[in-house]
Amino acid sequence: MKTSHALLALQAIAGREIAKFVRQGGRFASALVRPLLWLVVFAAGFQNVFGVSIIPPYDTYIPYQVYIVPGLLGMVLLFNGMQSSLAMVYDREMGMMRLLLTAPLPRWYLLFAKLLAGTLLSVLQAYVFLVIAALFGVDLPWSGWLYALPVLVLSGMMLGALGLLLSVQVRQLENFAGTMNFVIFPMFFLSPALYPLWKLEESGAAAIHVVAQWNPFTHAVEAIRFALYGQFAGTSVAIVGGCLALFFMLAARGYDPQRGMLKKSGKAA
Amino acid sequence: MAEAMREAATQATTAAIEAGVPLLELHAVRKSYGPREALRGISVAVARGEFVALLGPNGAGKSTLFQLLTGLFNADGGRIAVCGHDIRDDPVGALAGIGVVFQQATLDLDLSVEANLKFHARLHGLGKRHARERIDDALARVGLAGRASDPVRELSGGNRRKVELARALVHEPAVLLMDEATVGLDPASRRQLLDEVLRLRDRGVAVLWATHLVDEAEAADRVVVLHLGRVLADGPPDALVRAAGTATLAEAFLQMTGGAGIA
Repeated sequence: MKTSHALLALQAIAGREIAKFVRQGGRFASALVRPLLWLVVFAAGFQNVFGVSIIPPYDTYIPYQVYIVPGLLGMVLLFNGMQSSLAMVYDREMGMMRLLLTAPLPRWYLLFAKLLAGTLLSVLQAYVFLVIAALFGVDLPWSGWLYALPVLVLSGMMLGALGLLLSVQVRQLENFAGTMNFVIFPMFFLSPALYPLWKLEESGAAAIHVVAQWNPFTHAVEAIRFALYGQFAGTSVAIVGGCLALFFMLAARGYDPQRGMLKKSGKAA
Repeated sequence: MAEAMREAATQATTAAIEAGVPLLELHAVRKSYGPREALRGISVAVARGEFVALLGPNGAGKSTLFQLLTGLFNADGGRIAVCGHDIRDDPVGALAGIGVVFQQATLDLDLSVEANLKFHARLHGLGKRHARERIDDALARVGLAGRASDPVRELSGGNRRKVELARALVHEPAVLLMDEATVGLDPASRRQLLDEVLRLRDRGVAVLWATHLVDEAEAADRVVVLHLGRVLADGPPDALVRAAGTATLAEAFLQMTGGAGIA
């Protein structure tokens, strides 16, 4: 694989994703309205219901709005990651995927370029959300905006890779709503996005607490939370990175012409 | 290193052409989906400057064959080589030599004609200036030189197909695969597309044209009749007619396939 060829292909794939995103103005709006509703409405209503005590990385009592920002950033990444995989399924039904896969490049690289392009959009949306959150008076250290970047990229890639993996399994667009219910919502609610996990332990939901700790999204949210305060959550970052590698490898395997799960069906792609 | 490999690959291609080796070669290709055998040992070769029609009724295995040829899946057995590159061992080398027009339309309707072709040129690693020349060239070839900036959505079905043909030519492939490319086109557009592909054949491109329409196969140098995953006949159209003892290729085809395809 020549580097210049690889870069041209990446440019083509990323350019197409961005152009599609720009055309679908509604997608951008809904990507922002969703977390904003949580931030402005939900967080306002629950301000006094959830007393958040002082836990790392916070060194003082914080308003609930501040607590849920990392979780909502995770939500932006999660939804966009799933949206990208929806686009993969759509492309497959429309035949665009076959065209892409005839490019004379290693298949894993084509998937990786797709993943990078989707992540770029995820991270851009996350920053736009941060700007709006700041306008709503959510107070975060400015340095955190910079520290969060690598963690947002890593988490965005991990969730995008999960989307890729799902796109191997989900054959038809109609099945996608089901995937949303079975992936997005459990991942989001079984995480410290809305409340610290010790609350689960405290209320005796030990099993749920254990599941939440096995949830990769939990670690994405925690990695982002610590990074926003300039701290490095090593374990969480390592888990997110490990999950990224695992999900991507399985997805690449799924699209591989030799071993691919796609080949089980004669009509795929 | 990569450069050297590419160089070597190009030399291999040139050598293959000089040695008269078929640009596209399938040998005893088999493929099953579970218990269903879609291809039961297919051998076909297409030489430089040869137009081979793959004629078969629906369900003959044409689509499966094209899935294998475009590297979507690997065959269970047998060998497929493009310009001497085995598609299993060197899929990148093999794919570089192939241009495809799929049965299903794969253009981005919201983009212009040129943008669609540019996307493809980049996927094939063509730099900006190089891509520009090839795109202009390919569009002129199919008679759409003036439509480069039109959105694809505004084009007729026939012109959309021509754009897809132009796109398949942008990277100057040695082998052109047409997968029932005339489906849904009116007779005039069908004829134009066929004529254009015949001109490409005359310039040395190896063409494999899948169809279930006998009149398209009549224009071919050789016809390969595919039925239920097997090759029933392989030869020039008139030889097939003589062998079958019928008056026309259509009758010969119906006789061979037991009337499975209404042609």
